[in-house]
Amino acid sequence: MAGATVLRTHNLSKRFKNRWAVRDLNLEVHAGDVFGFLGQNGAGKSTTIRMLLSLIRPTEGGVELFGHSLHRERTLALTSVGGIVEKPDFYLYLNAYRNLSIVGALNGGASRKRILEVLDLVGLGQRAFDKVKTYSHGMKQRLGIAQALLSDPKLVILDEPTSGLDPQGMREVRELIIHLSRDKGKTIFLSSHLLHEIEQVANRMAIINKGELVVQGEVTKLLDERETFVIVQGEPKRLIGEVLRSKALNLLAPQLPAGSKGRLQFTEKDGSFQISMPFSEIPRLNKELVRRGVRVHSLIPRRSLEEYFLSLTGQHGEVG
Amino acid sequence: MILRLVYYEALKTFLKKRTYLGFLIVIVVILVVEYAMKLEGGRFLSRTLRSLEQDFIVVGNLFNGWFIAREIMYSLWFHIPLLIAFVAGDQLAGEATGGTYRLILTRPVSRTRIFLSKWITTVIYTTSFVFFLGFFSISFAIILLGGGDMIVFDRGILILPEADVAWRFFAAYIFATWSMLTMANMALLFSSFVENAIGPIIATMGVLIIFNIVTFLPLEVFAPIRPFLFTSYLNHWQKMFLDPIPWNEVLRGFAVLGSYTLACGTAAWFIFDRKDILS
Repeated sequence: MAGATVLRTHNLSKRFKNRWAVRDLNLEVHAGDVFGFLGQNGAGKSTTIRMLLSLIRPTEGGVELFGHSLHRERTLALTSVGGIVEKPDFYLYLNAYRNLSIVGALNGGASRKRILEVLDLVGLGQRAFDKVKTYSHGMKQRLGIAQALLSDPKLVILDEPTSGLDPQGMREVRELIIHLSRDKGKTIFLSSHLLHEIEQVANRMAIINKGELVVQGEVTKLLDERETFVIVQGEPKRLIGEVLRSKALNLLAPQLPAGSKGRLQFTEKDGSFQISMPFSEIPRLNKELVRRGVRVHSLIPRRSLEEYFLSLTGQHGEVG
Repeated sequence: MILRLVYYEALKTFLKKRTYLGFLIVIVVILVVEYAMKLEGGRFLSRTLRSLEQDFIVVGNLFNGWFIAREIMYSLWFHIPLLIAFVAGDQLAGEATGGTYRLILTRPVSRTRIFLSKWITTVIYTTSFVFFLGFFSISFAIILLGGGDMIVFDRGILILPEADVAWRFFAAYIFATWSMLTMANMALLFSSFVENAIGPIIATMGVLIIFNIVTFLPLEVFAPIRPFLFTSYLNHWQKMFLDPIPWNEVLRGFAVLGSYTLACGTAAWFIFDRKDILS
């Protein structure tokens, strides 16, 4: 069941000269959501986030945070919100503690204990009194998350928080997001162009393309509705081919969505089979293969969200 | 709340090395020039006074610390706006350049309060800078050359008794601070437009140069607008050393400079409050 609405946009639009960067965007984020905000570079994600955090004035429409209009009640609306917009920048000639003191002062004050607590949370406790100019990119990114959490906000808006991080750093940030959501009860608004990132942490998502909302809803539901590419590996291969051509086809075809023309799409390459099928049908395919005596090594749903994203936006090529 | 914001704005400004560049330049210039003047031994002043000595008996040392402090202030006067703009121009544009607008303007505090805290910090810097210049140039000059009555050249020659000098310097530095606040607010205005810290300095100095040319070039065509140009009043601090002090001119200067300060400060706030932060 959905929680109370903490963030809502009404026909949110921004025009720069003759170009609409964001057009008629209607988003709804509920309490407790990890809300993925997906889009390719230049799709309008950062412009949207800048409007959510009042860095940019909308040309049309508006933002409501916790029921308060950002335009009319800015201070009230932003009281329970923390965020990072694009790459986090700080006063490089000051240490992390001092930077957070400044941010704290703008939030009505933060105690020394609270500042050190959030620095510990992001693993910077030992470097609290080092100048930020000595920090690596990953450390600055973590300090960005620390400043977003400093006022213990109910809603945390994170714009590409794993940008520029190494795989280990990306995993740490993802784990932190999950921790904040599950253990601390925060609502997270997470923008990314890394589609698998959203898939791993978000329960709801919206996709934006060329400034316009393409789709919005629960991640699992949206994925279930669409075809997924599944790589089937097992032995004997001959038997896998037979299953896919005959029985499995008959078994699975009635479940396929209208767009799939009633039949399984599959190709064989280097001993692996790649099948286009509904995500929700994977267990049934597995069951059928095993029933027919196939030793299934793996069934890998591949780049499901990427394919989904591309199918929705009609774009092809590298998407992160 | 506003006091806390001012405290942190001041902290940001005064923990930045570039803030002290102006102070350092002033220290070096004062040390070098005043020491050079001591070495000269007042020869240039003696040449001026030689004709006087035929008609008057000059008692005591007129080539003293007060005289030198005033000369220093006079000679540095064109360069001080540059050093003021160096810091004032960085107040807003520096945040844009560093990307820290995104850090401070996403908080539950109005942009007006943030601007006000920056404006107050600019006033604190400007005041402390002008008074530091005054304090350092006077104290070093007095240590080096001692005190005494002060000679002032203005159309004629005026000798001010030493007891009458200190308060005149204080009043002169108050007026000088007022003048420099006009320059600081102008730099703040340009700072609100742009996203690099060099632009406001160049723009402020550009305006100063153009207005100075119009003010001091002896062309009648500019005469009607001169009373409205801030450059006509920037050096009115010198009026504090006249006897009697022409208070009407001083007050007119205060009013015109104050109008520029108000206009520039208000425009800077207006732009800052409505600015889309794209950096």
